Amino acid sequence: MSHDVFKADSKLPDRLLVALREQGYTTIGPTARDGAIVLDEIHASADLPVGLREDQEAGHYRLQARRDEAVFGHTVGPQSWKRYLFPPNHRLWAAKRSGGSFEIKPQHEADHRLAFIGVRPCELAALEIQDRVFFGEEHVDPHYAALRTRAFIVTVNCAEAAPTCFCGSMGTGPRAEDGYDLALTEILGRGRHEFLVEVGSERGATLLEALELKPAGKDALEAARKKAAELAGSMTRRVETDGLAEALMANLEHPHWAKTAERCLACANCTMVCPTCFCSTVEDVADLSGDHDERWRRWDSCFNSQHSYVHGGNMRPTIRSRYRQWLTHKFAGWIDQFGTSGCVGCGRCITWCPAAIDLTEELAALRGAVTT
Amino acid sequence: MSKKLKVAVWKFASCDGCQLSLLDCEDELLAVADAIEIAYFLEATRATVAGPYDLSIVEGSVTTPHDAQRIVEIRKQSRSLVTIGACATSGGIQALKNFGEVGDFIRTVYASPEFIDTLTTSDPISKHVKVDFELQGCPINKLQLLELVLSAVQGRAPRIPHHSLCVECKRKGVTCTMVARGDTCLGPVTHAGCGALCPSYDRGCFGCYGPMDTPNMAALDHRLADLGASARDRERAFASFYVNAKAYREHRELVTSGKVPESKS
Repeated sequence: MSHDVFKADSKLPDRLLVALREQGYTTIGPTARDGAIVLDEIHASADLPVGLREDQEAGHYRLQARRDEAVFGHTVGPQSWKRYLFPPNHRLWAAKRSGGSFEIKPQHEADHRLAFIGVRPCELAALEIQDRVFFGEEHVDPHYAALRTRAFIVTVNCAEAAPTCFCGSMGTGPRAEDGYDLALTEILGRGRHEFLVEVGSERGATLLEALELKPAGKDALEAARKKAAELAGSMTRRVETDGLAEALMANLEHPHWAKTAERCLACANCTMVCPTCFCSTVEDVADLSGDHDERWRRWDSCFNSQHSYVHGGNMRPTIRSRYRQWLTHKFAGWIDQFGTSGCVGCGRCITWCPAAIDLTEELAALRGAVTT
Repeated sequence: MSKKLKVAVWKFASCDGCQLSLLDCEDELLAVADAIEIAYFLEATRATVAGPYDLSIVEGSVTTPHDAQRIVEIRKQSRSLVTIGACATSGGIQALKNFGEVGDFIRTVYASPEFIDTLTTSDPISKHVKVDFELQGCPINKLQLLELVLSAVQGRAPRIPHHSLCVECKRKGVTCTMVARGDTCLGPVTHAGCGALCPSYDRGCFGCYGPMDTPNMAALDHRLADLGASARDRERAFASFYVNAKAYREHRELVTSGKVPESKS
């Protein structure tokens, strides 16, 4: 795969959007709405959160003005790209009664060609984790696969970290080396506003041809890598991943689970904002005549009691058991199932927990010695 | 389909808003009328058919000795009995009287209190008879009511989630008003079903659908205190449509007895 590097001026986001839309992509990116940076269709750079950053802490999020005109000077908001590839409510198929039998009308995703603008390195890592979940093994989810393989990915490497970020310790950021079509690094300061553009795929190279960008020097890439390494080291939150899975599974009766359960609302927010959580429920929705039926998949959560209801009762009746399920699955079970941790260190579950529970603190306490 | 399901709709102490949702299903009403026999529904027609009924849909709370007898009779006449709305499932907003002196209210409100024959409490239907399913909401969501009727017609369990409202906000893409603004929002302990109506319009949840299946009241209270809500505000937040729901009632008792922390700010 080519790894060409180009330089571009501050008009790059608009030029990219035009080029992608001309190729028939629906361009999705970050935009400020209702006091947060959310994901939605964007048409021009004016739709991007120019000059904005977020103040993020456990259970706390506020938009703030930046002192500069950075286009990507924010980090991650409450939504992640999974809402486009694994939508919260998705029709899987429809059926119609016909004579003594029924006809199935499959759901085709063919018309959707999405371009994601501003995918952060941690989010790219999350997409790769969801790839393993949805089409890594013999069971391929055709809906996810269709949307994902067509999606054009424009990654944006991070220049700043939110206090809730811990990609540095998860090895998922703040810079992406591959897995994208194009990767941007925004460079601001001393009157400069430029972008470094790295090419990660043939698709990306083809798109760039029309933009006629100048190649960047080798030192530019080196400088970007150096800055990223510094940023990774400067993150205050971290997760010690060495031996974590074993420690968690050895501490299933740790008294700290009960302490966390006292604070946990079992509201499911952490799993909804998590870019890798993939649990869903499937519902058959028939009309009153009984002649038409649709099968819908909806986001579900291990924190919802009905999620673990089986005939005769609930396997995880307590909040303690549900929180433990989530954390041990994310950091241990996931490795057995998919060969990777389920966490990318984006920090969403920390920021968007209404009870301000900080997963990095919980993990540190849970791997500690059991003191009674 | 063989024989149509024979359905009755009953009213107790309530505002009629929930049973009105059935008539509000304008697009689906003909299909509903086709799928079931509406045998008793005074809000729709004065023509009635005598029981027994396959399904009784009950709105309202039990507030008088007469009502207490009537619901027992209805239960005897019903193969299946479901309750709809905050009044029928928890006692409704009128259950505020459960926490005061009913005699005082009667003397204050009525010119001739001697004509008033009332119980001292406003009770959920389930306090008097066995209930097969409770549909939450003030008012209920008409689509969930349709689902309830449909499930009875098709002979399966109703597909009504009991998780928190937060799940609806997140699926819908509504930004959390509690995290992004510090609002008091009851969503994390509130039963889903309204489609995240208030948060969609920049308001915290008022708890119109009552407690979710496993509400952690103390955890939310603690957090609301951290965000600066006074004990009085936190107690009052739960003193509305579902004031008599067990989780809310017990929590208010704790807050008013001072057994939870005062706000930090």
